[in-house]
Amino acid sequence: MAFDWQPVWLTIKLASTTTLVLLIVGTPIAWWLARTHTWYKQALSAVVALPLVLPPTVLGFYLLIMLAPDGPVGRLTEVLGIGSLAFTFEGLVFASVLYSLPFVVQPLQNAFEALGPRPAEVAATLRASPWDRFATVVIPLARSGFLTAAVLSFAHTVGEFGVVLMIGGSIPGETRVLSVAIYEQVETLEYGQAYLLAAGMLAFSFLVLMTLYLVNGRITRSHQP
Amino acid sequence: MKTAIRIILAAIIGLSVPGTRVEAEEVKIAVASNFINANRELARLFEKATGHATRISYGSTGKLYSQIAHGAPFEIFLAADSQRPVMAEEEGLAVPGSRFIYAKGKLVLWSLKPDLFTDADRYLKHGSFDHLALANPKTAPYGLAAEQVMQRMGVLESLTPKLVRGESIAQAFQFAATGSAELGFVASAQIKEWEGGAGTLWEIPPDYYAPIDQVAVLLKKGEANPAAIAYLEFLRSDTARKVIERYGYGVE
Repeated sequence: MAFDWQPVWLTIKLASTTTLVLLIVGTPIAWWLARTHTWYKQALSAVVALPLVLPPTVLGFYLLIMLAPDGPVGRLTEVLGIGSLAFTFEGLVFASVLYSLPFVVQPLQNAFEALGPRPAEVAATLRASPWDRFATVVIPLARSGFLTAAVLSFAHTVGEFGVVLMIGGSIPGETRVLSVAIYEQVETLEYGQAYLLAAGMLAFSFLVLMTLYLVNGRITRSHQP
Repeated sequence: MKTAIRIILAAIIGLSVPGTRVEAEEVKIAVASNFINANRELARLFEKATGHATRISYGSTGKLYSQIAHGAPFEIFLAADSQRPVMAEEEGLAVPGSRFIYAKGKLVLWSLKPDLFTDADRYLKHGSFDHLALANPKTAPYGLAAEQVMQRMGVLESLTPKLVRGESIAQAFQFAATGSAELGFVASAQIKEWEGGAGTLWEIPPDYYAPIDQVAVLLKKGEANPAAIAYLEFLRSDTARKVIERYGYGVE
């Protein structure tokens, strides 16, 4: 039997899209959380961290109801002309963004907090615009945080299973990602393919984390006096 | 007061003396998802009648089978097909000769929306919907039957991009019942239990798909458990058959 690459590509596509969206959405949230002192900061931090402790079934259940054509998000997307997100690749991206949000926000927030307000303030005295300060001072200094956030959200999306199973509908090329494909192969006793994919996932996850630790170690060392 | 203490003492002693009454055993049963509702009622009746206890796991027939093949502690397997119980027997996981058909499944096409279609054939050919739910044909016999129906109607190819597969018939029903998918191929038994009651229903002619003979089998792990044997006996009783029929199945 020929090796089926489709779930592999689909998973890479899902994880990259999710990571990109998360970096765009997560950076301002993390920046705000790192700088603000309002009373509801803790409440918002708790909301961002929810996917860490909620079972995927809870998230999947709410998403299923929300994304349905009659659900709140479903109605909105229908009005916008996008159509229902249930059982689509875009729906999975939406779910993955929610599911991996803490994996991006928390490392970034830590990095911004460690940075403190000083570098940006100094840049401001040199008349750098706010955007300039952020792009040329904050991002390079917090690069270890960005790297951790990107790698973790990518890896966590690759490892996603429960939510995708509940809202995906296992459509080849659209929502049948690696973890679901492996699950189905085990169920249908197609162990040959399952062994290959599972071993590939194991090696991939190890390499990703290993690389992350190596690179982060180097960045930390280069910062030491 | 004294009598109360005496009664309590008697109860404690009575419980600790073996053989004073029929031993109540527990039976572990693996049940295909489509049979959840009917089996709940059956288990309740069985427990009341015999004093035995039941512990029940639900899932798709395919998943339950692969769990059984890897040492799951189930004693009875109520599959949604006849193929897996035969495999279980061939693999030495089940007691030879214990197989029998406990229910004949009926497949329906159903939508949550009332008056979605009047002519299912035309509606499916026209395809003016986004998603049609079915159980995964690889793991769930009802999914296989749904595929046969679409094949026979000549719409399988044109509908393929719209198909969403639940890992079991329970999930296919869940997709349709939440409205995430406009309609779905589900088990008749699931509709009977659906509280809304309303919706659009097409009872598919039985000759559109190969019969869904749902077979029960006694697994090797339950060979020596009187409760397991009693449950299978109970499944064949008139009481049980009436319940099974009421839930929308055919019986032998």
